[in-house]
Amino acid sequence: MNQFRSYTSRMTRPTSRKLGTFSYLPEMDAERVRKQIEYIVEQGWNSMIEHVETDRATEHYWYMWKLPLFGERNVDAIFTEITACRKKFPGHYVRIVGYDSGRQTQGARIVVYHGDRPSN
Amino acid sequence: MKRHFEVSESGYNAGVQAYRDRYWDGSYQPIDTDILACFKITPQEGIEREEIAAAVAAESSTGTWTTVWTDYLTDVDYYKARAYRIEEVPGDPSCFYVFVAYPIELFEEGSVVNVLTSLVGNVFGFKALRAIRLEDVRFPLHYVMTCGGPPNGIQVERDILNKYGRPLLGATIKPKLGLSAKNYGRAVYECLRGGLDFTKDDENVNSQPFMRWRHRFDFVAEAVHTAQHETGERKGHYLNVTSGTVEEMFERAEHAKSLDMPIIMHDYLTAGFSANTSLANWCRNNGMLLHIHRAMHAVIDRDRHHGIHFRVLAKCLRLSGGDHLHSGSVVGKLEGDRDATLGWVDLMREDFVCEDRSRGLFFDQNWGSMPGLFPVASGGIHVWHIPALVSIFGDDSIFQFGGGTLGHPWGSAAGASANRVALEACVEARNQGRDLEAEGADILKAAGRNSPELVVAMDTWKEIRFEYDTVDKIDVANGGPMVRQEGGRGR
Repeated sequence: MNQFRSYTSRMTRPTSRKLGTFSYLPEMDAERVRKQIEYIVEQGWNSMIEHVETDRATEHYWYMWKLPLFGERNVDAIFTEITACRKKFPGHYVRIVGYDSGRQTQGARIVVYHGDRPSN
Repeated sequence: MKRHFEVSESGYNAGVQAYRDRYWDGSYQPIDTDILACFKITPQEGIEREEIAAAVAAESSTGTWTTVWTDYLTDVDYYKARAYRIEEVPGDPSCFYVFVAYPIELFEEGSVVNVLTSLVGNVFGFKALRAIRLEDVRFPLHYVMTCGGPPNGIQVERDILNKYGRPLLGATIKPKLGLSAKNYGRAVYECLRGGLDFTKDDENVNSQPFMRWRHRFDFVAEAVHTAQHETGERKGHYLNVTSGTVEEMFERAEHAKSLDMPIIMHDYLTAGFSANTSLANWCRNNGMLLHIHRAMHAVIDRDRHHGIHFRVLAKCLRLSGGDHLHSGSVVGKLEGDRDATLGWVDLMREDFVCEDRSRGLFFDQNWGSMPGLFPVASGGIHVWHIPALVSIFGDDSIFQFGGGTLGHPWGSAAGASANRVALEACVEARNQGRDLEAEGADILKAAGRNSPELVVAMDTWKEIRFEYDTVDKIDVANGGPMVRQEGGRGR
């Protein structure tokens, strides 16, 4: 009954390159992104926005957009910064990080805009 | 049993003495530097509990069955262990708990081997006991700090792999034995390119005639690098370096490093703690992650009355060193072990774990700044279990689906992709505040709209229930119906 399908990931296909958590789900619209920002704020984490040229996405250190928004709990303010970063660097990947200072790790990290693909 | 007799009132009096006179002290208050142990003892009939408790303390520290003149060359009372408390076991009158305190000076620094030899090396064959089980050990922070601990730990592992915000995914390559190295590499490549983070050697894959270790390592490395370039994500395969000798173990570890592999694995119980600690130190010095498999644990931990509880084996592994340890999956058939499993999962991950008898934790355990390690849920799980797994284990955990990846009708890449999509959908839903255990089925079905692989996976494996009945039971760590088995299914 199930029609067999080959798995379509390819070296030559840019969309086969994945970018971490949630990159196997459809790209998030504004509402889904806001809910993740709410979660980051709820957990008491510091939001950080980063961006990078699309051919350097696998590297550890992306460019920081300003500095981490330490203590920022206003979801709109954070979302505004993400939008501003995307506008300034339309060809880049842009991601939000939920930084956990207590355990010195990143509790969340989500690429929200893909400079090399049609977007929401 | 023991009769007290002496030649004269003072000095060296040859002959047997009651253990309890010297080794039982019901008023003793443990000090911060003591190593504390809790034993569950099933005695032979007709012997006083304090005498048995004292005998265990004596024979696991300084004492022996008769007085010896050399006792008087030292201050035995300073070095001796003391049995200081006895407790009932709820729901099981055949046995009782004994608490013993050991002065820290009895133990060599940084040697879990020495601690185990002292605590369980001698007393378990005692005729006066029908059975004895080491339930828990409190390692003082003073002792913890003499041990190397996990070579990397959870935070550093995430930093190296560059992965955050979700549990990690793996799969053990099947069939367990019999594939050639090249075919094995193919199996690895397919799982990793589909979206898993790790694949795994089975614990008994070492270096057999049908696949020698070096050929496996070479083809697996090719598969890992190819999948890594294709997906842009860091990938790894737990290359099993467990060997017949430590020399070969190190040779295999060095070869893995030369192939630029990020992780190796070791079976710590069959190989032994000396080998494991040496390997963990090597991993720390060579930037290698270390996955630990608990092969043979059920020989030691499964019987409720005799052996060593898995929580002790988990503590010993954290001290000896490992970055991952199999912990059981909870959602397998033995749901009654949920509380006990969560207890030892805390012991693996947290900095400070409080005494909590409802989860089988008999002592506070302070790990200081020793890094935590990832618990690994593995064995008989598939895509329908993911909502519960995320809810129970949280992000700092690893879920391994061997059959649940390689058994997908469209192949391993599809199976891997289905698992990855399901996991990410559950994590997104949890972050949004949804109840995973109640809404899991809906979350997976919605995710299936964007993943034909996931739809097929859900069709293939039978849907499980997501509501958990409250199972009316006596405290799992201490008792329960005699037919209930402890230790959990899964590897």
